[in-house]
Amino acid sequence: MQRIGVFVCHCGTNIAATVDVKKVVEMAKMEPGVVHAEDYQYMCSEAGQSKIINAIKEKHLTGVVVCSCSPRMHEATFRKAAEKAGLNPYMVEIANIREHCSWIHKDMEEATKKAVILARAAIAKVNLDAPLQPGESQVTKRALVIGGGIAGIQSALDIADAGYEVDIVEKLPSIGGRMSQLDKTFPTLDCSACILTPKMVEAAAHEKINIYTYSEVEKVSGFVGDFTVDIRKKARSVDMSKCTGCGVCSQKCPSKKIPNEFNRGLNNRSAIYIPFAQAIPNVPVIDRENCIKFKTGKCGACAKNCAAGAIDYEQQDEIVTKKYGAIVVATGFDVIKLDQYDEYAYSQSKDVITSLELERLMNAAGPTKGHLERLSDGKAPKNIVFVQCVGSRCSDNRGKSYCSKICCMYTAKHAMLIRDKYPDTNVTVFYIDVRTPGKNFDEFYRRAVEEYGVNYIKGQVGKVIPQPDGTLMVQASDLLDNKQILMEADMVVLAAAIEPNKDVRKIATMLTASIDTNNFLTEAHAKLRPVESPTAGIFLSGVCQGPKDIPETVAQAGAAAVKAIGLLAKDKLTTNPCTAKADPLACNGCSQCMNVCPYGAISYEDVQVNDHGVRETRRVAVVNNALCQGCGACTVTCPSGAMDLQGFSNRQIIAEVDAICR
Amino acid sequence: MSIEAKEEFRPKIVAFCCNWCSYAGADLAGSSRLVYPADVKIIRVPCSCRVNPMFILRAFEKGADGVILCGCHPGDCHYTTGNYYARRRMTLLFSMLDFIGVENGRTRVEWVSAAEGVKFSQTMNEFVEKIHSLGKNVRLEDIRCRN
Amino acid sequence: MQELISRAKELLADNTVARVLGWRAGDLPYNPEAAYFETPESLDEFVYDGFCGANLSKMMIEASKLEGKTLVCLKPCDTYSFNQLIKEHRVDREKAYIIGVGCKGKLDVEKLRKMGIKGIQKITGAKLTDDCENLEIETIYGSKTVSYKDAMLERCHVCKGKEHMIYDEIIGESKDTKDADRFAEVERIEAMSPKERFEFFQKELSKCIRCNACRNACPACSCRRCVFDSTKFDSAQKANVDDFEEKMFHIIRAFHVAGRCTDCGECSRVCPQGIPLHLFNRKFIKDIDQFYGEYQAGADAESKGPLTSFTFEDVEPGIVAERG
Repeated sequence: MQRIGVFVCHCGTNIAATVDVKKVVEMAKMEPGVVHAEDYQYMCSEAGQSKIINAIKEKHLTGVVVCSCSPRMHEATFRKAAEKAGLNPYMVEIANIREHCSWIHKDMEEATKKAVILARAAIAKVNLDAPLQPGESQVTKRALVIGGGIAGIQSALDIADAGYEVDIVEKLPSIGGRMSQLDKTFPTLDCSACILTPKMVEAAAHEKINIYTYSEVEKVSGFVGDFTVDIRKKARSVDMSKCTGCGVCSQKCPSKKIPNEFNRGLNNRSAIYIPFAQAIPNVPVIDRENCIKFKTGKCGACAKNCAAGAIDYEQQDEIVTKKYGAIVVATGFDVIKLDQYDEYAYSQSKDVITSLELERLMNAAGPTKGHLERLSDGKAPKNIVFVQCVGSRCSDNRGKSYCSKICCMYTAKHAMLIRDKYPDTNVTVFYIDVRTPGKNFDEFYRRAVEEYGVNYIKGQVGKVIPQPDGTLMVQASDLLDNKQILMEADMVVLAAAIEPNKDVRKIATMLTASIDTNNFLTEAHAKLRPVESPTAGIFLSGVCQGPKDIPETVAQAGAAAVKAIGLLAKDKLTTNPCTAKADPLACNGCSQCMNVCPYGAISYEDVQVNDHGVRETRRVAVVNNALCQGCGACTVTCPSGAMDLQGFSNRQIIAEVDAICR
Repeated sequence: MSIEAKEEFRPKIVAFCCNWCSYAGADLAGSSRLVYPADVKIIRVPCSCRVNPMFILRAFEKGADGVILCGCHPGDCHYTTGNYYARRRMTLLFSMLDFIGVENGRTRVEWVSAAEGVKFSQTMNEFVEKIHSLGKNVRLEDIRCRN
Repeated sequence: MQELISRAKELLADNTVARVLGWRAGDLPYNPEAAYFETPESLDEFVYDGFCGANLSKMMIEASKLEGKTLVCLKPCDTYSFNQLIKEHRVDREKAYIIGVGCKGKLDVEKLRKMGIKGIQKITGAKLTDDCENLEIETIYGSKTVSYKDAMLERCHVCKGKEHMIYDEIIGESKDTKDADRFAEVERIEAMSPKERFEFFQKELSKCIRCNACRNACPACSCRRCVFDSTKFDSAQKANVDDFEEKMFHIIRAFHVAGRCTDCGECSRVCPQGIPLHLFNRKFIKDIDQFYGEYQAGADAESKGPLTSFTFEDVEPGIVAERG
């Protein structure tokens, strides 16, 4: 029989205001095995923990139940306290009477009753607990960064600077990400390329950083400290070691009518191309879908004109398999498709563009060499209307429920830059709210209004109607003056919502990292562990976790790097001891458990057994504790119940069921 | 009319929640103060695939009026594939319970992510309401367990 | 049968096999029992006729542990069970010499009894070499003629076919005796209201005396330690003391063999209370076929079973409620 101590936390008034903690103590005392029960204001405090430690020592407790907040909060805290007192930490169970009880119930009697039942279930479980010993696993001292935008580059640089090897996997032909497409950055108006390029160069030159561009993560297995990743290096059709980056191939390529992704399709590129001038690596890639050689077998102009002989039509995709201790996800974002927003005439008029397209139009390396002009007729626009929150803060299912966070600021930037360069252009911004929390952000916005004379109107645009003369009629409402506005414009810029990169779901599935309904990766704790995924060893960098501007992205990338460094700095990790275990006497040797194990942790061995006097050799399941992650799939597949999960055993769960249904 | 009949029916509901998604979703429902009836008691399991049909029948035997299993959304399982196995097992088990005449609303599987506190609370409210409409489980309980 | 006996004698004599697993006559004309024969002489007692319904594949679990090969007589439907046992590493293919014996449908004495035939002394027409059209039954009350078909086991009306899935040699002719829809009874019950279904099973299962005959005969239900005999689930029971336990036992039993059950029908055949236990298995098989694609356990010895595999697009458990 166990000697169990029950500790009921008030959590200030978080628990005690709705749960009669004294009553829980009193009822717990009547449960089998309980030899001690007490309550305290904050069990997680130093003083609370010493109460547990003292009781373990004085009353010779063999098990502890803490009735408190979620085990996801403080299970580790209380297990450590028990360990300090000499008790096996796995003899501690938590009854979650805060998140699952006091916070959601209003009636004190009802909440108290439930708290008592939850305590009983935990006591029933502890009664069947057995001490468990964690094992150890090795840490591979290399990190993988998925995504080569500013977030990925920053994380990689920080990890590499700490002395660990880092691989960056970028699916596009060059690193740089969204930031490389931006013209200027708020609130200081630095040129984006001027501050990004040195980072890209630094990453490429860093002896600890290895960059796989035009590559994708194909398969991930393993677990924290010991991931095995297959990386598909897509065939570039250009030998990276021979190419000098001269660019002659692109000039000679006859297939030149392919929408240029880097310029958001506003102009064209050739089939063999370097995405942008500062690309790293500065090596072209053949877009096989559009290459005449690949489509018809004829052409070969690039190969004929390549002095270095770097063109290789035979090149094949290559799979590289590497081991990593930590993985940083930095998959970034894209802007939403606007096909659901016909009212803004985005697909009808060339002069209705997204803000990201405007970035390219204003950039000196863009399709118009930086001249702001209408894409329909090349004329300079005189009246520009900006529409905010296109698909952001949306209550219907056309758009996103969240605020994209960056639009207010970049629109102020765009408006200011246009008024600065073309003072005779009228700029009007339609907004729901202008949100400018951030250092020097509000000042920046006010400058746009006050110094640059940008016309901000609180209200929504209902419709953009292309006119026969090529202008655009904007129908909107002014919520402050409570009137309808009909305004003529020659260009409309839509602040389209941002959304996580579409590949992130696939990646999250491979990593078994959880993802929310908007496809943003979920953090381990919304406030306290914002850069870690709940899946150990996976860290979140940049917009893949939620909308962010550049400084926030860089800050978070650094934080993710620090978490990864903290992991890589360890030589060994303690493994979860809640692993499956087979009873050789009950095992049928049927292999069903092996078939469902996602980790290949179960194998079969011929074992000598003595089954109540019958000595024979049997084929029985053996679990490799280093590989088993404790999901329990095998336990249910096993018809005889020979396979059980330590820490969540069949009898323990049944005891909990019984305690709840009693 | 017996005295018990006048008493308000308070169902006993067991909710198995996987540690990684649904238990965290329940935590989020808690920290967001999203109310659902106290009749629901949660048992934490590492993964939905840990839930043995024996546990569910045991709950009914001991007088549970409803059993719900919550796990990560298909494709999001922390252990990659656990919920796919759970999905097949529970589909077959529920179909069998239905076959022997147990009201099919007494069992439910719902995928709830760590971010879906609202969905967790809504699901529990709906489920409790359903059990109320079905009334006490008399078809599967062990009469010796009646108190 | 004579061909079978002489072949078995040969194989015993040349030491190809160490023993023969077949049937010998019981004390009544309709209850032959499974038996081992270790010498050529003892084979004179060997019997194989229409009443040899027992599926011997399960006995090969123990026989696999014995020295030398065992000659085992398997009917076409028994070979599915044997394959399934190979898949689960319970029997050793190398330790078995399989003679695929012919089968023209097996008989159910309960069917004869239901026809009011009692005091049976002798039955002719049930030899494998017969055309199996009619049975001549001599009883203490006189003789009767019964159509063979009318006396067949339920499982033979939904025969899986005359092909042996695995064998070393085949002796004797087989006949596909299928003349009914395998799922008709399941569908009939599905069409009832939940209350009627509950009452139907309550009535059937309350007959259960927990003799464990179903468990002992079932080739899939072959755990070394049954969960209902172990302490692993706090579920050890000796007999049903409550109607819940009957259901618990039979649901869990059916669940444990779901995707592994070949539908050999032994559970119903051996049930002394006449409970249609195969309905549970058939229900699972029907659901598996419908939800995950047709699957016949034991058709091969390699494929992954439906409960140890999945697809991303599997139906949700909610289908049960939606189906109504």
